[in-house]
Amino acid sequence: MSQAVPRIEVQGPRLVALGRWTAAQLSDTAQWQALQSGLAAHHDNANQATIWDLRLMERIDHIGAQLLWNHWGRVWPAQIDMLPTQRAVLSRVALLSSTQPPAHRPSLWERFLSLGEIILTVISHLRGFTRLVGQLFLDLLRLARSPKEGPWRDVSGHLFHIGATALPITALVGFLIGVVLAYLSAQQLRQFGADAFIVDLLGVSLVRELGPMLAAILIAGRSGSAITAQIGVMRVTEELDAMRVMGIAHGFRLVMPRAIALALAMPLIAVWTTLSALLGGMLAADLSLQISPQFFINALPKAVQVVNLSLAMGKSVVFGVFIALIGCHYGLRIKPNTESLGQGTTASVVTSITAVILINAVFAIVFRDVGI
Amino acid sequence: MSAVSDLSASRLDAAHVVSIHKLWTVFRTPEAQFVIHKDLDLVVERGEVLSLVGGSGTGKTTLLRQILGLETPAKGDVTVLGAPASQLSAKGAASRVGMLFQHGALFSAFSVLDNIAFPLRELGTLPDDLIRDCALVKLQMVGLGAEHAQKMPSDLSGGMVKRVALARALIMDPPLLLLDEPTAGLDPESSDSFVALLRSLHKELGLTVVMVTHDLDTLFELSTQVAVLAQQRVIVKAPPKEVIAFPHPFIQEFFLGERGQRAMELLREYPFAV
Repeated sequence: MSQAVPRIEVQGPRLVALGRWTAAQLSDTAQWQALQSGLAAHHDNANQATIWDLRLMERIDHIGAQLLWNHWGRVWPAQIDMLPTQRAVLSRVALLSSTQPPAHRPSLWERFLSLGEIILTVISHLRGFTRLVGQLFLDLLRLARSPKEGPWRDVSGHLFHIGATALPITALVGFLIGVVLAYLSAQQLRQFGADAFIVDLLGVSLVRELGPMLAAILIAGRSGSAITAQIGVMRVTEELDAMRVMGIAHGFRLVMPRAIALALAMPLIAVWTTLSALLGGMLAADLSLQISPQFFINALPKAVQVVNLSLAMGKSVVFGVFIALIGCHYGLRIKPNTESLGQGTTASVVTSITAVILINAVFAIVFRDVGI
Repeated sequence: MSAVSDLSASRLDAAHVVSIHKLWTVFRTPEAQFVIHKDLDLVVERGEVLSLVGGSGTGKTTLLRQILGLETPAKGDVTVLGAPASQLSAKGAASRVGMLFQHGALFSAFSVLDNIAFPLRELGTLPDDLIRDCALVKLQMVGLGAEHAQKMPSDLSGGMVKRVALARALIMDPPLLLLDEPTAGLDPESSDSFVALLRSLHKELGLTVVMVTHDLDTLFELSTQVAVLAQQRVIVKAPPKEVIAFPHPFIQEFFLGERGQRAMELLREYPFAV
């Protein structure tokens, strides 16, 4: 056995502690268990006639001292031989171990109150969001009155970052969804010999529902989170406070440009995603049902009324504004610490994707008689 | 034998806690390369409190990071407690070196107690109640009450963050403590009390301390040795009084400028620590 191993030896009435009682030694599983069983064997006589001898110990640190102190039941043994340095460490541990942290367990009443807190949080979210919508409306009025003062550079910057840079990913996702959808429907349609109806099926579902939804969900994940994180970082680094001190309104310079950019970019991305999904569907239909692209393109205008396209664009504008507002809402609520930043970003993405799906359902119900 | 080799024991044999030999640090940008350190030698002996000073861009923090093994020098050796610095970040590193980062680097998702207990818990051997006791002792050793144990880092003041970070750095009683700007961002009062705390811990625990500081008050109150970085190397390493007398333009400017004069008043009042 190595000399460094922390252990206890019985020498007559004396309990002699040997080895290095340090964190590094004690954290070794085998040594820890050996020492534990060694200590347990002498548990009964911990505070009685035995004499503890620590003088031959190679080293003791605060963790070893804590172990001994806890083993003694937090009282000094009757007889103990030790060096002054060991006494210093042990008495420091003894002095500071006396206090316990206040263990906090929520009572029933506190739990009841925390339920109320949840409701109050929801109300404060709704109130904050309403205020944000109202502020956006006022800012848009101000912009309409003096368009020259508008933050147009910001708008164009956001338009590029939210719109242009999202084109590759939305095209890829749209294309693949189109292919999958076409293959799946082709198998069913073939059973009825209704091959040609794949154009109607894909056309209506992609143009009216799936294209705008897919685009909005992708943008919510990609740009909604970015908006929250940008504004949240500005909170953490006190940039928001700096803006306010300079008399620059957050609504006009941060929220409105993002809302305008998303309101403009969202319908365009929706059309782009729809087009690429239709392209994927068209190719898959050609391969699986031998429906030529020419036929597909000719049949599409007859299958899908133009009003579907306007409906899709219209709801995309609403999606865009909501994604921007939800992103800004959570961004502005972030507290100046990093944990809040992470939570806010997650909450923002979840909320905006849920909102997109809810708004889409509302549109589907309200416009159920239009275009089909 | 032991999974975590007990390198803290080497404090018993190695007189040189840190030794740096012929160290080169080179920063490369696409346009040019900058030599920060050139054949730099530095030895830190046991029990010393060494302050690294130097103008901005002389690579003080870089040197600290090289001692920690966070950065690898272009050439040369850094030996910490008898082993190469690059092996430092192995399991149980907290028992060799404690580092106090400039902004504390507390884990924002953990409470104060969990932050302090983290290095011990990660080893996965010791029972949780022992770890909690140890963390509480360390929390109180840095002068904070047990009532702060359940707070989150975001609820702490700047001075408290530094104290908690110090407690976390010391949880496994490492023989070597590194400090990056220990009093930066603290108001004079908490700065003074933090320096007093560092001084008492140094004395009680027999620590070796290496720190980077711009604060002359901290420097004079704590250091037993000062190493001045200039011209890509350590131009002098000596007790503060001798360093001040060293004829070099940077030293004259740094210590004997207007700012230095004020701190020198302290030097007359306080005898050097330890």
